[in-house]
Parts: sequence; structure tokens; C-alpha cells
Amino acid sequence: MTTDSLLKVDGLRIALAADSTTYNAVEEVSFEIGRGEAFGLVGESGCGKSITALAVMGLLKRPLSLGGGKIVLDGEEIQSASPAKMRDLRGRRIGMIFQEPMTALNPLSPVGRQIAEMFVLHQDASWSEAMDRAEEALRQVRVPSPARRIKDYPHQLSGGMRQRVMIAIALACSPELLIADEPTTALDVTVQAEIIDLMAELCAAKGTAILMISHDLGLVANMCKRVAVMYAGRIVEAQPAEEIFATPQHPYTQGLVNSLPRLGERSRRGQQRLREIAGVVPSIQAYPPGCRFNPRCLRASDICLDTAPAITPLQGDSLVRCHHHG
Amino acid sequence: MLLVLARRLANVVPTVLAVIALVFLLFSVLPGSFISAMSEEGRTIDPAVMERMRKEMGLDDPVPVRFAKYVAHTVTGDLGVSFRTREPVTQLIGVRVWPSLKLVFAAMVFAITVGVTLGFLAALRPGSIVDTVSMVGAISGLSLSQFWFGLMLMYLFALQLKWLPSFGYGDGGLSHIILPAVALGVGPMALLARTTRAAVLDILNADFVRTARSKGMSERLVVKWHVLRNALVLVITIVGLQFGSLMGQAVVVEKLFAWPGVGSLMVDSVFQRDVPAVQGCILMIVLFFLAINTMVDIAYVVIDPRIRYR
Amino acid sequence: MTLKGGTSLWIGGILVALALFVAVAAPVIALTDPVMAANLMNAEIPPGLEFPFGTDVQGRDIYSRICYGARISLTVGIVSQTCNSLIGVTLGLTAGYWGGLWDDLVSGLTNLMLAIPSLIFALAIMAILGPGLVSLLIALGLTSWSYSCRLARAQVLSLKSQGYIQAARILGYGDLRIMFTQVLPNILGPLIVIATLGMGGAILAEAALSFLGLGIRPPFPSWGSMLSEARDQINTAPWLSVFPGLTIFLTVLGLNLLGDGLRDILDPQATTRRA
Repeated sequence: MTTDSLLKVDGLRIALAADSTTYNAVEEVSFEIGRGEAFGLVGESGCGKSITALAVMGLLKRPLSLGGGKIVLDGEEIQSASPAKMRDLRGRRIGMIFQEPMTALNPLSPVGRQIAEMFVLHQDASWSEAMDRAEEALRQVRVPSPARRIKDYPHQLSGGMRQRVMIAIALACSPELLIADEPTTALDVTVQAEIIDLMAELCAAKGTAILMISHDLGLVANMCKRVAVMYAGRIVEAQPAEEIFATPQHPYTQGLVNSLPRLGERSRRGQQRLREIAGVVPSIQAYPPGCRFNPRCLRASDICLDTAPAITPLQGDSLVRCHHHG
Repeated sequence: MLLVLARRLANVVPTVLAVIALVFLLFSVLPGSFISAMSEEGRTIDPAVMERMRKEMGLDDPVPVRFAKYVAHTVTGDLGVSFRTREPVTQLIGVRVWPSLKLVFAAMVFAITVGVTLGFLAALRPGSIVDTVSMVGAISGLSLSQFWFGLMLMYLFALQLKWLPSFGYGDGGLSHIILPAVALGVGPMALLARTTRAAVLDILNADFVRTARSKGMSERLVVKWHVLRNALVLVITIVGLQFGSLMGQAVVVEKLFAWPGVGSLMVDSVFQRDVPAVQGCILMIVLFFLAINTMVDIAYVVIDPRIRYR
Repeated sequence: MTLKGGTSLWIGGILVALALFVAVAAPVIALTDPVMAANLMNAEIPPGLEFPFGTDVQGRDIYSRICYGARISLTVGIVSQTCNSLIGVTLGLTAGYWGGLWDDLVSGLTNLMLAIPSLIFALAIMAILGPGLVSLLIALGLTSWSYSCRLARAQVLSLKSQGYIQAARILGYGDLRIMFTQVLPNILGPLIVIATLGMGGAILAEAALSFLGLGIRPPFPSWGSMLSEARDQINTAPWLSVFPGLTIFLTVLGLNLLGDGLRDILDPQATTRRA
């Protein structure tokens, strides 16, 4: 563990209680995020990345629960912290933004007030002070006419604006870590880049680390220093961003990289069809034995069918979980 | 915002007219309602008297003319003259409006206080004893015959324990209104408990509540700052709808407790074939219900900003 | 909201089945004739061995009267609900299907119905028709069709907007066939729920109207008319009120529980929620 580590997740296991048994929705998940670092977590829907984030925040709800592992924030273990302690952490030291800005804001409360709540909660501000700071926060996220906007209701703002409000809320108390769960997925393509740039800029200015969760490998690789790929509840690969694109090690990552449509090269070569990864993500109740990717993997062999591969450390901080990596 | 309000108010007018038309149709047009009402149960009326009454009440005019006259009279507040007491119906009803209003509002206050509280408590602790007991109570409340419940209350609290008076309006004080209000309010209370519970549970699972929790808010603050107002919208809907059924049930409860309201007047008038009085009572009750609905609509506009800016 | 698991369904089902059984088997399980067996020597005897629920002012056995009363109450419930459903579905289907003036008319009518509390409306109709079982059936059968009407209309409009109706027309289906084969199956589930819950309401309404003296008149043993007779004796013979009322309560409770339970199975989107 480096001295500059902010968040260390070690062997995280999340249990799902269903059909009178317990499944492991997520297991053996370990990663580390340094102070001020941008870290990406990539995977398809259902791979467990969102609930990993919720676990860090202590927001898992029945039937999900923390089954094991350690979560260490700035040297302190928080996986079994008291509810009061977690409440203190949330918002103040860890901020979170979610995917759907429309439903993530209270429709009956002006957005200014929803930002101001952060200051009242964590910085003992009075409501009028807090509203002033809320206006300032709106200015920071580049919402035009902030003085007017603080009185607006969420339905009066566009999707991009609402997400800026969410960013303002999450970064209001200058937390050490910002968790962003698919923040741009529900937005127009033209707005996505703006939001990502805004996030990157503000976090760099405040020294906030980012845990960026997305299914979009390209987006994550652009923004983050290191990337981890999740599949069916496990981390299958982790590498620095530049290298994961150039030299993906796990067949799944390779499939993801290959399936990105790219201008130029391919169309010149006359390849018209997009490459896809055959098959579907398995459901939690039906994880295949051995390596969970084996039904869809072109390199699968006998050993893949009955032995789950262990983590193979590679050069530097990289790692991969595959019998036939490379 | 004013536009929205104006539009809501404008919608009520056709309904009011339709109700007046319906009442007129039922009681004044159907084969000989007036006259047969008078010659019921063996009371024969001298043909000359009948003839004079026909002229007096304009029964020989064609129906549209009678309807126009009826609407004109009604709109100007003239609801005719009671067959029984020969006094203007408006006067007859006027005296009874306040007791009825008191009863209905008291019942609603009881229903909201108890019902919404139970619903909230049940939703905040789903699956607990509180939850199960509240919901069993709620579905029982919905299945009760309100006048039977009133009768049982009367037996227990008035006749056996002698804590409260068993009937009547008394001096208009609290002790007389408790039993009828509780008997009347138990149905809406049950429905409010169930719907509040469902609404609050829905809200607690909503995305914006997750956001609130991610801000580091305690559950208490989450409820206070984010859940309450959102639940209020649904509660108001139910309250508005329930007023209608309350007024229907009030008729029976008023009769049971000998409460001097519009409902018991209506029942008595039906038995006495006092057609103008019956018509007047129905109109009054319906108009009141429509007024409540309009107020509920206005309340929405005030509470839910999404509607204001349509 | 239902009680855990299928408890609602079971308890409700048992209660309703019990009520049905009592109604059907009344001549067999009753002890005496409900109307004729009046014996003033037996007046107002409290519940005991000979008369399990006691006797009334005229010496008639309450238990037997309740058994026969089940027939009346359940008949009222079933007939009036069938009537309401038929009217409601017909109006709603046709209104949504053909739209235009007819739709406006039906919608206006529905608004009108909703503006008048149903008990008041039923009272008014009873006032015109006079008391009795038939008038009761007419009054109750004509005043609560708004829910099923709204349901049917909403369903037609929803299917319309999804293009099902147009597709069927292009295939050459006639209007009636479309309504029966496309729309009706979708609303059958919620309709059953509405009808079940509505039966409870009808029974309560019958009780109220009979209690007021406008429904079933004595000496016929409807649960409501029994209560109207019992009112004046509340202090001296409370059992006269307790048992009929309790029976009403248990029957309606059974119907409500059954309706709730059925709603979970037949109507997962809770389109029938009366909220």
C-alpha cells in the first residue's frame, strides 16, 4: 500500500439474499485509488460495479449486504463503521453522483436548497449563508445565471444542467473522493464531454480523487489514470489507461476494445460489421463454474471450465485474471 | 399559475349544471313524481286542489321551460318550498349546514391524524409489529359498516361506560361530536393508512432519497426534508376523494346519532315525500363535494411546482 | 398492500367461501324459519344453547335469520356488481374505441357519477322507486360503474396508442371481435379485482340503505334490516346488533382480503388501486 493511497478496497464480497440462499454478487474485488487520482471501473450492466460503489458509501440495502473484505479510507477501516460514522463520511469526505439526474433530485425542492443542504449538514452554516454558497457552487459548475437558478425546480432544468447541480452537490464540501456512477449515460452525446471535462477540472482543482464507473471503456480510458475491468462480479484486469487500450490482456477486455467502432483503419480495410462478444452476461444465480467468462471466451480450454483463475500480477501495478492472458 | 386555476374552476361549471339537470330529471320529470309523491299511501287529494297545485308549481309548462325556471331559481338560491313545513327549503337546509360541516370535518381530522400517522409509522418500519397491526387495523376499518361501528361505540362508550352522550348535537360541544366523528372517520382513516404507507414506501425507495442519504443525512432529516412533502401530494388526493364517500356515509351516521344535519334531513324528507327538500339536500351535498374537489385541485397547484408551470 | 405471502388470499377465500356456503345451505343449517317462526314468548332471549345468537323482539331466532340473510346480501352483492361491470365495461370500451362525441358523453357522464357520492345517488333512486329487493338491485347496479368504465377506456386507449387496434382492423377484424379478443382479456384480471372489492361495497351499501328503512323492509331478514330493528334495543338486547353487524364485517373483510390477494396475482401494476 503506497503512502499516497486514499481508498483501498481489499477482497470485497457483496452478498445477495434471494430464493432462500445467499449468492455472491461481487467477490475478491480489490483496487486502490491514490489521493487526487482518477480511477476507472468498467464493465457491462449487471457486473457489480455500481453496487461496489454503494458498498464503499455504506448504502447497500436489503437484499444486498457486505459479505466480507476490507474498505480502508485514508488508513482507517470503514467496512464495519457505525451508521453515524458513515453518515459523517458521506458528503463530507466522499461525494457521489448518480446516473439519472432527473430522478436523483427531489422534484418538489428548489435546486439551490438541495445544494445548500450540504452546507447546513456538514459545515454548520445557516440557511441564508448556505444559499449564498449554493449560488457560488452553481457558478463553479458553470450554470448560467446562478442567482436565478437557485430558485428553480429540477424539472425546469435540462439534463445536463441537472447533472451539473448533482456535481455541485457532491463537491460542495470538497470531499477527498468523488464516486461517479455512470454520470453521463443518460445525457446527450454533445453534453457528455462537457460534463466529463467539468468533473475532471473541478476535481483537479480541489485535489479530489475520482472513482469513475462506466460501461464506456473509451470514456474511462480518456479520463482516468488507471482502469479496472469487471466481469460477473470479479475484477478481471487492471492496467494503466494508455496500456489497457494498446495491450489488453484479458479476452474480455480485448473483446471490449475490439468492439469499439473506429474511424479510418477498419473502414479502409473494408470491414463493415461491428465485432461483438458473443453470448450474454450470466445472471448472479447462474454463474458458470470455473472462469465465469468461459462460455463466451474464444480461448477457453478445459482448465477454464473447472478452475477459476487467480490473479496474475503483471508489470507495475497491472494484473489480470486469466489462464490464457496475453 | 392563475391560468391553471381558472381552467380548473371552469371545468366545474358543466358538472354543476349536469347535476342540477340530473336532480331535476329524477324528481321533477319522472312520471308524476310531484303528484304521486303527494298521493302516496292512500292519501287522496281533491282534484281541485291538485289542479291548483299544478298551476302553482307550473307543472303544465313544457319540460324545457320548467327546467329553465328550475335552473334560474336554483342559481339565484331559491330551492323551492318544502311540502311538509311550507318554509323555504334554503331556510330548512341552512340551519343544518353547520352541524353537517362540523361532523364531516371532525371525521376527516380524525381520519387524517390517525390514518396518516399509522401509515407513516408502518412504512418506516416495514415488516415490524407496528406495520402488521396497522395494516390489519386498516383493512378491518375498510370492512366496517360505519353505522354498525357507531352503534357499537354508542353501546360501549355511551350506554355502558357512560363516558359520552349517546346521541344528539347537545350544545355543540366536543363530547357530542366525538362518537359520530369517529364512527364516520374510521373508513377514510383506514384508506389513508394504507395509501400513506404505500406512498411513503415508494418514496423511500426513490432515487432522490438515495441521493439524500448519500449526502450524509440522518433518516430523520431525510424524512423531514424530502419525504414529507412528496407524500403530502398523495395524501391530499385521497382526502379529496374520500370527502365524497364521507358525505354519503354521513347521511347514515347522522340518522343514527340523531345529528341535526343535512343528511338526516334528506332521509326524513325522503320518507315524507318532501320532494323540494330532497332535491335541495342532494344539490347542497353535491355542490359541497365539488367545492372540496376544487380546493384540492388548488392545493395541488400550491404544493407541486411541476403543475404551476404547465 | 397485502399480508405476507398469500395470507390475504387464503383468509379472504375462506371467509367468502363460508359466506357462500351459509347462503346456499341456509335451509339446511338454519334452525327455524326466519320470517314465520315468531313467538312472542321467546322475545329477546340472550344467546344461549337453544338460540345460539339469541332472539329478537318478535321471538325469531337470530342465527337462522342471519343464515337466510346471507342469501339476500350475497345476491345483492353479486347481481349489482355484475350489472356495474357490464355497464362500465360496455361504456368504457365503446367510448375509448369510437371516441368523438360518444366518448365526450361517456366521460361527462362518468364525471357526473363521480361528483355524486354513490350512497346519496342510490338513496335518491330508492326514494323514487320505493323500497324492496328489486329497487335495491337497480339502485346499486346503476351507481358504481365508474371504476370499470375508466379501466376499460384506459385499456382501449393504451392499445390504440400502441397500434394494436389499427393492426387488427387492417387484418379485417370487426369492431366487436377486436373488443372481445384484444381488449377484454387484458382487463379481465383487474375487472375481477374491482368486482370483488365492489361486492364488499355493495353489501355495506345494502346494509346502510336497509338500516335507513329504504332497502329490504322487515320482516325479511337482510343483515341491514336486522340492524335497523335492533337499534332501539341496543341497551336491552345488544346481541341483536352485534351478530348481524359482525357477520357483515366478516363477509366484507373476506371480500376485501380476497380482492387484495387477487390483485397481487391478477393486477401486478395495481391499476385498480383506488387511490
